[in-house]
Amino acid sequence: MSDDARRLKPVDVVIVGGGWAGSIMAKEMTEAGRSVVMLERGPDRSTASEGAYPASIDELEANFRYKLFQDLSKNTVTIRNNSQQTALPYRRMAAFLPGEGVGGAGLHWSGVHFRIPPDDLRMRSRVIEKYGAGFIPEGMNLQDYGVTYEELEPFFDKAEKVFGTSGEPYMINGKVVGKGNVFSPSRSDHFPLPALKDVYTAHLFRKAAEEAGFHPYSLPAANASRQYVNPYGAQMGPCNFCGYCSGYACYMYSKASPNVNILPVLRQHPLFDLRAGCHVLKVELDADGRRATGVTYTDPDGKVVTQPAEMVILTAFQFHNVRLMLLSGIGRPYDPVRNEGVVGRNFVYQNVTTSTVWLDRGVETNQYIGAGGGGVAFDDFNSENFDHGPLGFVGGSPVWVNQAGVRAIAAAHSGGPPGTPRWGSAWKAGMIDTYRHSLRIDAHGSNMAYRDVYLDLDPTWKDAYGQPLLRMTFDWKDNDIRMNRYVVDRIGDVAKAMGARRVNLTKREFGRPFDTRQYQTTHLGGGAVMGSDPGTSALNRYLQSWDVHNVFVIGANAFPQGTGYNPTGMVAALAYWAAHHIRTTYLASPGPLAG
Amino acid sequence: MRGLAGIAACGTSLASHPARSRPPAPYVPRFFTSAEWAFLIAACDRLIPADENGPGARALDVPRFIDMQMDTPYAFGAQWYMLAPFVQGPDNLGYQLPYAPRDLYRRGIAGMNAHAATRHGRPFADLAPALQDDLLRGAENNRLVFGDIPSSVFFDQLLANVMEGAFSDPVHGGNTGLGGWTMLGFPGARADFMDWVDRYGAHYPLGSVSISGETA
Ligand SMILES: Cc1cc2nc3c(=O)[nH]c(=O)nc-3n(C[C@H](O)[C@H](O)[C@H](O)COP(=O)(O)OP(=O)(O)OC[C@H]3O[C@@H](n4cnc5c(N)ncnc54)[C@H](O)[C@@H]3O)c2cc1C
Ligand code: SF4
Repeated sequence: MSDDARRLKPVDVVIVGGGWAGSIMAKEMTEAGRSVVMLERGPDRSTASEGAYPASIDELEANFRYKLFQDLSKNTVTIRNNSQQTALPYRRMAAFLPGEGVGGAGLHWSGVHFRIPPDDLRMRSRVIEKYGAGFIPEGMNLQDYGVTYEELEPFFDKAEKVFGTSGEPYMINGKVVGKGNVFSPSRSDHFPLPALKDVYTAHLFRKAAEEAGFHPYSLPAANASRQYVNPYGAQMGPCNFCGYCSGYACYMYSKASPNVNILPVLRQHPLFDLRAGCHVLKVELDADGRRATGVTYTDPDGKVVTQPAEMVILTAFQFHNVRLMLLSGIGRPYDPVRNEGVVGRNFVYQNVTTSTVWLDRGVETNQYIGAGGGGVAFDDFNSENFDHGPLGFVGGSPVWVNQAGVRAIAAAHSGGPPGTPRWGSAWKAGMIDTYRHSLRIDAHGSNMAYRDVYLDLDPTWKDAYGQPLLRMTFDWKDNDIRMNRYVVDRIGDVAKAMGARRVNLTKREFGRPFDTRQYQTTHLGGGAVMGSDPGTSALNRYLQSWDVHNVFVIGANAFPQGTGYNPTGMVAALAYWAAHHIRTTYLASPGPLAG
Repeated sequence: MRGLAGIAACGTSLASHPARSRPPAPYVPRFFTSAEWAFLIAACDRLIPADENGPGARALDVPRFIDMQMDTPYAFGAQWYMLAPFVQGPDNLGYQLPYAPRDLYRRGIAGMNAHAATRHGRPFADLAPALQDDLLRGAENNRLVFGDIPSSVFFDQLLANVMEGAFSDPVHGGNTGLGGWTMLGFPGARADFMDWVDRYGAHYPLGSVSISGETA
């Protein structure tokens, strides 16, 4: 395909994908004086256009016609539960909602902004230290990241300052300073903004969780609790809890997005060239496949062109990054039979279930109020914060009320308590009661990596450009189901302390396969993981391809297994971490950063 | 298969679509035939009946909403991956039929009316409400067959669009008089709770408002 392709003027760095990871890398590379071309397959977008009130406050367009999301008609994935099945195309949006267009999913995400727990970074080592190697279930590919919390701390701090994150710290430089999460690691500085106010349901949850003996804290939120100017000079307004957060561009300029927090500055930079409507087909390699020479893409007129570059940075989102590596021949594809090869290995998801608590009919829970990242959580059963020994599972789950705003169509769909019909007068009564007087509590659990859960290229279905779709082989495993069931029972304890009128504890069921029709989260991870062993990781600890040293791959694809937290805080910190090492070491002498 | 051009166009095309400007009453359907329209009105009003909790789907102009949607890219399947082959598999792997919403309505309504005719000798719209409910439940539980379309697929499509029509912004043709939002207690496009976020457990005093500024 590259033979007859038009060749453009070479640049220093080409970046594939215009979301958080791409925008951070582009900012850092232009700061380092490198010329950057950022290629984004979707349209150019800005908060001024997509977030203009009141037209933007349209639930049908945003959440049911997926205005800001990936165009599945051009490109999707196939999915199956195990390798004996035929994987079938994910034809309609449901379980997960990848983004598209300038800003990526960062334009319309929710904003929960975490630092990963230190133990999660060395999960394999930690589990073996605490419980012995025999504790790891057969078939689980438990791994370490190859980087420590202390190494990443400055980059978590930097990301929070760029995002304008609101939160309450617990410990700064080893001293307890506030009422934040008692399980969270020491920080070098405060959050740039104080925590958001609790909405009513979060307030009730905080009280009840305390009564039940847990340690509630305010979710760190990239929704500005006050006016803020970030280190790049980008301005944010205070979040008004509008309730149109997840799936929407923020009309208040309060939710951190690449479009508000980075791109306004980047777009002015003479070394930065943003090209929207450009779908990258593959990374071009030199004859011996050791060096990338650029990328080939289709431009907005449908012409196939080649952009030569000294360095290629993939920031196309977790599974698109893995697919581009497979399509380009970067790294050895994973073979689940032999448990060898690295590209496609350790594909993971978020193990989340949502339970519902009904309060007295005199109490209005006002679920339409909310901010995407706001809420109250407890971590007593997350990470290694509790003794897994007697429980016999690996992994954990924070528990929270994260009321991002429940709107009318969503309320109609979720209906009444279990057993209520889906339509007719009984549905109406149950749905109205549920909307007015209930609240939702999530167990937002980790998902471990397994030998037979992986990504590869589909043998049958192709995208609109004639390239094979990515194939996901995924199912829930007993270890993760047991973890979910244990933690959801703790939600029962909290609901009791709340004086619930009725409780519906939603748990994963043994033997019930992953269902692509039900929305879960877009927190997909792994598939091209970081690590210190090229036999089990596609990327070294600087997110550099072990095989092709001038390719860096930034995204949740780097997570060796899932965590209980939302991914973006970690993705942003990893982007700044990789950028730091590219700037301080790689640019001066290009070559492998780890040996 | 779709061509390579027009990558940048999608996603923004909906915003300027003519379906967003609301046609004047009385409404004449553009997509549905008169027999289909009679089915749609009757079925919608069984799915959301008028009762002590608020208006029914007919008063909320849900059929009009669905007809207007049939003119949007969504109804042509433009947002779905519709490349062949179409292979059926377990339900949990999701929708695998070659039909866009317009096809599902056309075939599904014909199927419902055929079942009504076989069982009761009349089209669906002319049946007593209890018989209509029986047929709808039959479709919901996949007990009817409409050629190669499982009846539950048609039912789910219809139910989803009915919910959308009753509870989306009136700019799309349904939720007339903001009746859907009012019964739910949803304030609509107010979208500013700076002063209300910590008024715990209290009833929000302002009525719903729409994108166009209509209030209830
Ligand atoms: C509704 C929703 C709510 C969320 N809420 C949270 C939250 O509260 N907290 C949290 O931590 N995370 C949240 N997430 C996840 C978060 O959005 C992602 O982790 C984050 O945006 C990932 O950033 P990224 O840069 O890796 O990828 P993206 O933002 O997906 O950007 C990748 C970009 O690459 C482009 N691209 C892909 N392939 C190609 C190609 N071949 N050629 C050119 N361009 C390409 C895509 O169009 C896209 O714009 C949420 C996600 C969704 C959908
Ligand atoms: S809830 Fe806050 S951050 Fe989210 S869209 Fe509304 S104003 Fe913006």
